Amino acid sequence: MNLTPPRPSGPRPNVPVILDGEEVMAFDGESILDLARRLGTPIPTLCYLDGLSVHGGCRLCVVEVNGDSRLPLACATPVTSEMEIRTDTSSLRDHRRRVVELLFAEGNHVCASCVSSGACELQDLAADSNVDHIHYALEFPRIDVDASHPKYVLDRERCVLCTRCVRVCDEVEGAHVWDIAQRGNRSTLVAELGKPWGEASSCTWCGKCVLVCPTGALSFKGRSTGEMRHDPDIVAFLASARDEGEWIDREEPSP
Amino acid sequence: MTDTTDAGRSTGASPVPDRPRLRMATAWLGGCSGCHMSFLDLDEWLFDLADRADIVFGPLADIKEFPADVDLTLVEGAVTNTDNLELAQAIRANTRVVVSFGDCAVTGNITALRNGMGAPDAMLQRVYVEHPDLAGVLPTEVVPELLPTAQPLHELITVDVYLPGCPPSAQRIRTALIALLDAMAAGEPLPRQWRAPEDLTFGN
Repeated sequence: MNLTPPRPSGPRPNVPVILDGEEVMAFDGESILDLARRLGTPIPTLCYLDGLSVHGGCRLCVVEVNGDSRLPLACATPVTSEMEIRTDTSSLRDHRRRVVELLFAEGNHVCASCVSSGACELQDLAADSNVDHIHYALEFPRIDVDASHPKYVLDRERCVLCTRCVRVCDEVEGAHVWDIAQRGNRSTLVAELGKPWGEASSCTWCGKCVLVCPTGALSFKGRSTGEMRHDPDIVAFLASARDEGEWIDREEPSP
Repeated sequence: MTDTTDAGRSTGASPVPDRPRLRMATAWLGGCSGCHMSFLDLDEWLFDLADRADIVFGPLADIKEFPADVDLTLVEGAVTNTDNLELAQAIRANTRVVVSFGDCAVTGNITALRNGMGAPDAMLQRVYVEHPDLAGVLPTEVVPELLPTAQPLHELITVDVYLPGCPPSAQRIRTALIALLDAMAAGEPLPRQWRAPEDLTFGN
């Protein structure tokens, strides 16, 4: 499987394009996002992640291109010769702000009670795109938390459906535990086609999905308030195991 | 007491203020009062604020009715019960600039976590009846009736300015108040965004 976007074929950038009014040279086949990042032009992203295939689902990286009435995705659109790209116009800022607001409206992104507050890409995007309130009526969905896995927690109310977890599990870990089930605003992240995560035997407990999650949807169990479980009896177990030379399986306290 | 002093008083010889004094209020709807605690964290700057504005209503002042002709009101909390709704409407009817103050007012936040449970009875049942330490009886006296859902303030009244944060830090409140009071005193349009000295974020 091809894990990375196609590499630029030419050794030197030789495709002339205009990026925010400046004439620059792009690599042949390079995406608009790669070009912009290489030149230090910021374009906000959410579902895009270096090292994973391109999903193109969050619509935050949209740009304006002359002659195209739609807003192409910077992550999924290769540059072409003489392309005229604008990355930061008031209409793009407005569009991105609306996307962020819709993400907030769709879930229960309550930062105050979130394990990821202060380490959340959605929270940062809201601040960066001047979201100080949500214009849309909030959905207040009720979706159960899946805390069946011994190590990790899935809070679907905080999921933005970026599919980073789906892709990293499939493309990097090779386990393919995750998929998106249903459609539209019913779309939901499922383990092994709908099993509780703790019963998904294909999960290798690698934790990559948790590491790449942009929000508090996937988190390490035991990190939120009151979740710490001590295990002082381990010492007596170790001492007796050493004395007896016997290492019998021992049940750890459940998190 | 001399005649001169009396004469001085009768002519109203108080110093003319540089700027007009504004009438300011704060209000506490469905929230934890953390935003008001953060407001009190302004410490000595409250004296500077008192130089520029009178606090004419709020949980920190023992005034029962929301007064008329208020310039600026900071409203903490979601609109979650009938009292909140009544007060919110009185605030809007009598205030020039309404500020949605903190995450509960801006998004519903913690107060609105109950919304996903359905009708308010579900939450009341969970808290008062199923809770082992409580009497197992739903409170009915004194407490106002809950609305079907807790809502952000701007869903029920027009809001002019949003100040997110849980709670907004004292620094953030001061930045906003200075910008607003300056604009109002000068009769300028309200500032909609203030980035410095820190980003406006939900939560932290």
